[in-house]
Amino acid sequence: MNYNWSFAPIFENWQVLAIGAVGTLRLFVICLVIGMGLGLVVALGRRAEARPLRWLSRAFVEVFRNTPVLVQILWFYYALPILAPVEIGPFTAAILGISLNSAAYSAEIFRGGIQSIEPGQWEAARAIAMTPAQVMRRVILPQAVRRIVPALTNRGVEIFKMSTLASVVAYVELLNQGKLIASIYFNPLEVYTIIAALFFLLLYPIVRLTYALERRLARSDA
Amino acid sequence: MSVLKLVGISKSFGGTRVFENVDLDVEKGDRIAILGASGSGKSTLLRCINLLETPDAGSIEIGGTKVGSAGRSGLRISERDLQALRLRAGMVFQQFNLFPHMTVAGNVAEGLSTVRRMSRPDARTRAIMELARVGLADKADAYPARLSGGQKQRVAIARALAMDPEILLFDEPTSALDPALVGEVLGVIEQLAEEGRTMLLVTHEIGFAYHVANRILFLAEGGIYESGTPDEVLKHPRRPLTQHFLKEHKRFQF
Repeated sequence: MNYNWSFAPIFENWQVLAIGAVGTLRLFVICLVIGMGLGLVVALGRRAEARPLRWLSRAFVEVFRNTPVLVQILWFYYALPILAPVEIGPFTAAILGISLNSAAYSAEIFRGGIQSIEPGQWEAARAIAMTPAQVMRRVILPQAVRRIVPALTNRGVEIFKMSTLASVVAYVELLNQGKLIASIYFNPLEVYTIIAALFFLLLYPIVRLTYALERRLARSDA
Repeated sequence: MSVLKLVGISKSFGGTRVFENVDLDVEKGDRIAILGASGSGKSTLLRCINLLETPDAGSIEIGGTKVGSAGRSGLRISERDLQALRLRAGMVFQQFNLFPHMTVAGNVAEGLSTVRRMSRPDARTRAIMELARVGLADKADAYPARLSGGQKQRVAIARALAMDPEILLFDEPTSALDPALVGEVLGVIEQLAEEGRTMLLVTHEIGFAYHVANRILFLAEGGIYESGTPDEVLKHPRRPLTQHFLKEHKRFQF
């Protein structure tokens, strides 16, 4: 194989990729917060006393879990503005698609975590006259979250990588910027290799952080 | 003075009757041991008192106040009623049910800070006082996973005591313990009995019940089958199922 490697244009245009990386990180942080936060709300909604709330939460999970994120992003970008008088940019469309999908998944993770806590914990907390909300906040969730950190980490990694889907509506993130460079310099091999490496370099430290978090949370296991 | 009064309490699970029409009057300072074969509804009766199970029928009065109101299907109880009742009736479980993510002091202080709205330092001070009462003040900052079963149960007792209950409910507090650890827990319960605390104790420790209780209830056939002083029920049982039960428990000694 006689291939002329051409990494130089990538390094010369590093600002282009830097802008992309910032876009990726921005999308990731927002989607992570909304995805997990809304996921918890939906998980609690599935346990609500009010039947409509339970039904709504369940419907939310099924709709957003069983449709592709890519289609959701395209739908929010191209279809929603036809139905409703709203202006939806690439960033908003990507946030909606990725966050709602992640919320559906993390809702199920939270639900599983909450259900995994022994009924005796509820009983002991109720027996000292805590209200159901207090039991959830002080006794059940702290234990449940500890158990689901690995599953939530998975979810977080997934969110990070899903950010590339935003390139479909031309949101400025890493992949989108890579494509730009590749289309100008005709060096897809180099560009996509570098993009993959950049994702790894950005993600791995974050994952390491969650391992540290797991260890910290395991303190009480003696 | 009546601390707790049950009138006509009934409970069934999916068509299977556990007990029916149980009446019970607990006076201040009473130490009532509830005995019976497994499945006789001892634990369920105890759990009905602080409404971890909702009775199908009947009424509960605690400290002279009626709990909830009669509804179409059993008792109707508001969250506020539940809280008021549970503050007056402390519960100790067979499986301890300590909160594993909190320290020992944290377990005991939790109800004080979250429910009684005590400041954290005050709650901790009080928690350590209760821990001293059960001989575990030195374990205040340990996590439950570090404790033996007997120590865990003593922490659970301290957790209940911290809420200043008028009546203590013990649900087989030594059944999950190694035989070697039963004594330390019974010792704490005995000490509480000597302090004059009102308690209901579901147990299989017949010898202990004989020494500590002033009244024995024997549950069978869906209700209180025989009751009386420990001498009456345990030494001179009048009815056949009680006699049979005591014969089966040959191990007990007075």
